[in-house]
Amino acid sequence: MSKQYETVIGLEVHVELATRTKIFCGCSTAFGAAPNTQTCPVCTGMPGSLPVLNKQVLEYAIAVGLATGCDITRYAKFDRKNYFYPDNPQNYQISQLYLPICRNGGVEIETEAGGKKTVGIHEIHMEEDAGKLIHDEWEDCSLVDYNRSGVPLIEIVSEPDMRSAEEVIAYLEKLRQVIQYLGASDCKLQEGSMRADVNLSVREAGTEAFGTRTEMKNLNSFRAITRAIEGERERQIDLLEAGESVVQETRRWDDAKAESYAMRSKEDAQDYRYFPDPDLVPITVSDQMLAKIREKQPEFRTEKMARYKAEFDIPDYDIEIITGEKPLADLFEAAVACGASPKKVSNWLMGETLRLMKEQELDAGDLRFSPQNLAKLIALTEKKVINSSVAKEVFEVMFAENVDPEQYVEEKGLKTENDEGALKKVLEEVIAANPQSVEDYRNGKEKAIGFLVGQTMKAMKGKADPGTVNQMLRELL
Amino acid sequence: MDILDMTALQLAAAIKQGDTTAVEAAQQMLARIEAQDKTYNCYVTVDAEGALAQAKAVQKRIEAGELTGPLAGVPVALKDNLCTEGLRTTCSSRILHNFVPTYTAEAVKNLQKAGAVILGKTNMDEFAMGSTTETSAYGVTRNPHNTEHVPGGSSGGSAAAVAAKECFYAIGSDTGGSIRQPASYCGVVGMKPTYGTVSRYGLIAYGSSLDQIGPLTKDVADCAAVLEVLTSHDEKDSTSIARKDTNFTEALTDDIKGLRIGIPNDYLGEGLDGEVREAILCAADVLREKGAVVERFDLSLVEYAIPAYYTIAAAEASSNLERFDGVKYGYRTKDYAGLHNMYKKSRSEGFGEEVKRRIMLGSFVLSSGYYDAYYLKALKVKALIKKAFDDAFSKYDVILGPAAPTTAPKLGESLADPIQMYLGDIYTIAVNLAGLPGICLPCGKDSRGLPIGLQLIGDCFQEKKLIRAAYSYQQGRKAEEMTCVSNVENGQGGEPA
Repeated sequence: MSKQYETVIGLEVHVELATRTKIFCGCSTAFGAAPNTQTCPVCTGMPGSLPVLNKQVLEYAIAVGLATGCDITRYAKFDRKNYFYPDNPQNYQISQLYLPICRNGGVEIETEAGGKKTVGIHEIHMEEDAGKLIHDEWEDCSLVDYNRSGVPLIEIVSEPDMRSAEEVIAYLEKLRQVIQYLGASDCKLQEGSMRADVNLSVREAGTEAFGTRTEMKNLNSFRAITRAIEGERERQIDLLEAGESVVQETRRWDDAKAESYAMRSKEDAQDYRYFPDPDLVPITVSDQMLAKIREKQPEFRTEKMARYKAEFDIPDYDIEIITGEKPLADLFEAAVACGASPKKVSNWLMGETLRLMKEQELDAGDLRFSPQNLAKLIALTEKKVINSSVAKEVFEVMFAENVDPEQYVEEKGLKTENDEGALKKVLEEVIAANPQSVEDYRNGKEKAIGFLVGQTMKAMKGKADPGTVNQMLRELL
Repeated sequence: MDILDMTALQLAAAIKQGDTTAVEAAQQMLARIEAQDKTYNCYVTVDAEGALAQAKAVQKRIEAGELTGPLAGVPVALKDNLCTEGLRTTCSSRILHNFVPTYTAEAVKNLQKAGAVILGKTNMDEFAMGSTTETSAYGVTRNPHNTEHVPGGSSGGSAAAVAAKECFYAIGSDTGGSIRQPASYCGVVGMKPTYGTVSRYGLIAYGSSLDQIGPLTKDVADCAAVLEVLTSHDEKDSTSIARKDTNFTEALTDDIKGLRIGIPNDYLGEGLDGEVREAILCAADVLREKGAVVERFDLSLVEYAIPAYYTIAAAEASSNLERFDGVKYGYRTKDYAGLHNMYKKSRSEGFGEEVKRRIMLGSFVLSSGYYDAYYLKALKVKALIKKAFDDAFSKYDVILGPAAPTTAPKLGESLADPIQMYLGDIYTIAVNLAGLPGICLPCGKDSRGLPIGLQLIGDCFQEKKLIRAAYSYQQGRKAEEMTCVSNVENGQGGEPA
């Protein structure tokens, strides 16, 4: 490569909103139901049916806009985007082109160099999702499931302000955090509740004009996004170096093959014939509504981090990890509110919780145990009802099934034996059975006591407090 | 009195008094349809079995005192673009030849709650696009006053069914005059209410920002009563308005003293048939004699209404009709190679010429590069027309004029020249563009015996003024002049001109 190139990236991020019902009808948005069971005349495009806007969608969109510094459009409209495809039951998608709900915002990200930069948000608009096409290879036909048809989305369109995959990931993480904090979406890339299309072009370093861009689709993880960006950057540079030009087109990323292929070029780009949807009345956002949404805005991460620092005696690193994921922060705060010590809660989250999440490839949003149960478990250890190794065992069960630790310990008989007489009896037996170790200990071999403690714990089936055992052993010897 | 000659209100009263029953009325209607609808072709679908079952159920509820409304037990005909659960709804198009809706339109539900008995679905111009009911895929409907003539359109089947006494009242939809113009041609009363008055939920859309459902009836009293039943605030329709003043029958008073009526000079100019002009001015005299203040004035902008209307309605239609693609319901072509070929063939074979013409026109005016020049400009014209009406209504309570430039043309005369056909909508479409209410009622016949309609236009939400003026006019006319209902058995209809 003789020249230096700069990568210019803009993102279109679709986020599925966490409303109970769809954007234009009362059907449930719950994931995973049997095909076409969450449908009605509206979301299946029946003749004569009409859309009615779900107010919660508007509120979420405005909340995201406010949290990302956007101007809220006080007189907004929905437009129809016309194109034929079977997953789109009306053959038009209700979206926003002319007067999107939010414009001119931005979020701050940290760059690799450790500095800060703002990625501009061109606009945020509301729209409906399409159904899902399923190809039946056996019958050689395609089937449509309209359960997803009409699920509310917001599309966040950034300015072309990013210059590397790292900046893109930082931007996405920032968006995800903000949206999760708002409760507007769980933002799971793998499940498709957050989807990013990457617009990328390259230009010679130092030049002003943008190169020809391509749009990359089908990016289902941060890893795929990173790989696709690097692959596309190289592909475009290779073309330019070979004296060829980049074609403006939409490309699909195949993460398994780590390559992309052209889906459609600008020439076959459809004319969507956008026009205001006459079935929906224009949206007017009143001062009152805006004030109400503003009032409901939650504490965002930066504020939360500052508060944790002031309120809780836990390491900065823990604060960063816990506040990085809204569900973790929620768990932390709720467990602390149940009376558990912040330090202990943090230890459980940073230790066992993260370990099991990693092992089972779970997101913070997938956590099933309740903060109440975590607080109970902490209380059990603090009162020495169970020892720490039993606690870890109980936690694993709690992590999987959200069992009540008090009840579980009771049922399984895991309580530490506090009957000193019984313990003393066992200790005497252990001492009698291991004369060599007793001898070693008495000869100053400290290690031998560890073996004896272990033998005692084994005989007690783990239900003794190792500290007490240790102490009593020393007294007896 | 023969049941068939009764108005809807008279029939309901007779049923309530026990002089007849809902079942008897339905049976007589069904027999009449059976006997003569081969001639007129008012209906696409007659639901004889369903109608009798409904009539029996309704009669029981009337006898039990559960149904006491003024229209309980009266048989009705519905335009075939109103969705009816379990009853085929075609929009008179091949593309919906086998479409049975899974739900019932809100307006129809309101009728059912009031004890209506649905006889069947009436013929119309395909997807309500046309002015003669000749673009139907199910054959033309003939004007009961003269079977060589069209009934008008697009609610031609509904208007003709009322005129031919094949129902006691009918429901239509009006996007650019589709209730008022056929009412005019068939000599019945038809009303398009203020946009947002009747829920559009379940009305298969043509031009969504213009479409309104309304009644076609034998007289003004029926019209007010039916409109009262149709009207409701429906949360399923975002454009539905919560209105308070919907007791329209209260406006059935013969008192128009001091009512200010304006006649736009633009509505009496070039292109208006002399006999129609004469009849309209005579009608104005009747109202003046009854105490109204009648004046002529310049409305302006009327000439721009037609291009604006055809741009907006076609644009909306091109998008509204995209859902008819052969994938989910309706017609799908037999042989096809791949998805796009299936779309293309299903739609090419499923839609008729006029519908295709408007889809192409609408797609063109919305396409990139033309949107501003056509669609946006049309919206601006629409706003100016609304303003011109606002100015007029600052001076007048009611605007009076014809509903159509001529009486019903002969079958086959209109489709050859679509532009000429579009120009025939001149007096009705501005009303839709401005969202206003308009009523059409008979005001005489021309020398060939074809009915002439008088149109009264009101400001938004002023239906009561229209009903009052129309009712007063009706009371001021001699009975024989008002008799615009043919009687095929007596040989008074069906004669070639």
